[in-house]
Amino acid sequence: MKKIISGNEAIALGFGDSGGVFASGYPGTPSTETLEEVARLGDVYCEWAPNEKVALESVIGGSIAGGRSLSTMKHVGVNVAADALLTLTYTGVNAGLILMVSDDPGMHSSQNEQDSRNYAKFAKVPMLDPSDSQEAYDMVRIGFEISEQFDTPLMLRTTTRISHAKGVVVQQEKIAPKIEAWEKNVPKYVMLPNFGKLKHIEVEARLLKLQEYAETTPLNRIEMRDTEIGIITSGVAYQHVREANPNASILKLGMIHPLPARKIAEFAGSVKRLVIAEEMDAIFEEQIRAMGIEVEIGKNKLPLCGEFSADIIRTAINDTPAETTSPVEGLPQRPPVFCPSCAHRGLFTILSKLKVFVSGDIGCYTLGALPPMNAMHSVIDMGASISAAHGMAKVNAIAGRAEKPVAVIGDSTFFHSGMTGLMSMAYNGGNALVIIMDNRTTGMTGGQENPGTGVTLQGVPARQVEMVPLVKALGIDNVVEYDAYDLKATEAAIKKGLETPGPYVLIDKNPCILRYKIRKPAIKVDQENCTGCRACLKVACMALGLTATGEDKQKVRVDPNVCNGCGVCAQMCKFDAMHAIEGENNANL
Amino acid sequence: MQIFNIVIAGVGGQGVLMASKVLAESALASGLDVKQNEVHGMAQRGGSVISFVRIGDQVSSPVVMPGSADLLISFEPLEALRYIHYLKPGGRLVYNKVSINPSTVAAGLAVYPQDVEEQIAVACAEAQGIEALAIAREAGNGKAVNMVMVGKVMKHLPLKEEIITEVVKKISQNKGLEVNMKALAGGAAA
Repeated sequence: MKKIISGNEAIALGFGDSGGVFASGYPGTPSTETLEEVARLGDVYCEWAPNEKVALESVIGGSIAGGRSLSTMKHVGVNVAADALLTLTYTGVNAGLILMVSDDPGMHSSQNEQDSRNYAKFAKVPMLDPSDSQEAYDMVRIGFEISEQFDTPLMLRTTTRISHAKGVVVQQEKIAPKIEAWEKNVPKYVMLPNFGKLKHIEVEARLLKLQEYAETTPLNRIEMRDTEIGIITSGVAYQHVREANPNASILKLGMIHPLPARKIAEFAGSVKRLVIAEEMDAIFEEQIRAMGIEVEIGKNKLPLCGEFSADIIRTAINDTPAETTSPVEGLPQRPPVFCPSCAHRGLFTILSKLKVFVSGDIGCYTLGALPPMNAMHSVIDMGASISAAHGMAKVNAIAGRAEKPVAVIGDSTFFHSGMTGLMSMAYNGGNALVIIMDNRTTGMTGGQENPGTGVTLQGVPARQVEMVPLVKALGIDNVVEYDAYDLKATEAAIKKGLETPGPYVLIDKNPCILRYKIRKPAIKVDQENCTGCRACLKVACMALGLTATGEDKQKVRVDPNVCNGCGVCAQMCKFDAMHAIEGENNANL
Repeated sequence: MQIFNIVIAGVGGQGVLMASKVLAESALASGLDVKQNEVHGMAQRGGSVISFVRIGDQVSSPVVMPGSADLLISFEPLEALRYIHYLKPGGRLVYNKVSINPSTVAAGLAVYPQDVEEQIAVACAEAQGIEALAIAREAGNGKAVNMVMVGKVMKHLPLKEEIITEVVKKISQNKGLEVNMKALAGGAAA
């Protein structure tokens, strides 16, 4: 049966149809839906791990115990899991193991634009790069076969336009899961130096065998058309190339590490002009140039940064700038914003007012960095809010500065890698205010379960991790709960935390309104009382706006289709002009 | 057939993705090739959203290039103007006339242009605005704006209306079925 599904859904389906037994990952755009779809299959076990390292290590155990296993994460997640990956390549696998990683060229929803193909080279593991949903589906099955045949973990790499683009998929016959024996094999699985040295030799030999495989596998195919131009490409770039140059000859790489040197030489020798069209880093190009092959167009004309498009390929290869129309200029931007009635709004209204240095983290609350809040001043990676605030406090102390830094982090990010930083802060005599927005979900990626939600990915009730005892156990004495919807109380709590010497943790426990579908009576503006002072607009809620009365002073109105009645704006009003209307809620959340 | 390029724009939370799904599924049910793509990362409400649906005998790239859309469907007037350059010459625009303030406007940092609809009319001769929210409310739920918009554009698609209706039926949950059917019909009549 034909289906139209995204690359992520296709990988999940491929996993279920290819004898998949165990899957674990951590949410991260654009990879998130993969594991959610595995959960929806119903008959395959899967779980969210608190971070990518735990996910990959769990999956390693799954493979050792004999079940085909899959780990899913976004590109930066591999940095977290890299410690496991770089030794997993030595041990190899028992049952097949696939690490699915999703890159985000164009940085639609990421803090950097790293190219995960580097990890395949770094870890010396095979990597597959699908060009559409069908290939994503098929490559799971082939990936497991390669993993088992060559005793290696395999990386299946997608990009945003593969993970999220939907295309037609035809399913193969389902393979029933088969569990291999769980065997003790010390030289294979215990990476003491003596065993590791031998394993490294095996890894290098394996890479040569994989290279031979790459020469003959149909995953790497030559499509001969006009021999004037030959383009080596992979992934979604292949689709852009087909669109832009339908007559060009193509070497389409499906297996992108290790590269098939002889096939590349053969292709290069059969075309006049050689083009390498790869998004992000010059990974093919550097290797192909090192083979002594002349490349006419590569990163000299194609960008290192951002996504490719058919127009970009057209412009680079055909030397004819694409005829596109320009967007209308001067329109107000519509950046993402805290949802109407999100608890983060109250916190950031106060942080913005107090003008403290906020060391931020990865999550919805990162939007606190944007105008008009402007209340986040560093964001690096998962968990860095706390550890970076700790370092700031140490240097501030040396510099004789009185200001105490504030770290802001969410529950899922705290479980992921904030805990270790907080433990360090407590143990090493730190001095920062840490605010944990414990909204009981992984919000930014769409509301996934985490150890705080009390339910697993597959809906099984689980013992919730309580935040206050956890924080205390890490060595923090000052742990105080506050309510971010109460602006006065929030301001008082933050001030107290800033004045008290040493580490101080504030926890807001208001749940995510989107995830838990919380509805409150909408706010209405009393136009008599409103003076148009705009104090309420500082809370940056899209439900608020100015009336177009034509009077001298515009007044504020609340859009009843958007307001979800948190009342934070009303607390900003000094003229008693904003009130909740009992029983009324028309918010189209 | 030549590839038919559709761009759907709106504000996060308006149901752009569901509308895209309906069109993509309908193309598949019509025996055509289709690629559908949007970028969704942040779950928050309120950001600008754009989705592509490409229908044809064989579709390669999932991305619609500016200047090549046959149809732009916008769930909000300002977003229509933001993506109007995706239309090819002679392309058609259908938009919902109900505006939603961007956060920048809500915060008093920017002004919502009062002449959005005039600018739209100048930029696109084939533009039509409808009161999609009122029609959705009439159908029973303000959230059905997306189905109103699908209903409105049905006759401009290279797809049979019966097939689209069947797809909406198939993907609607019990409670939503009646609302979606009414919204579809309401949109078609608008």
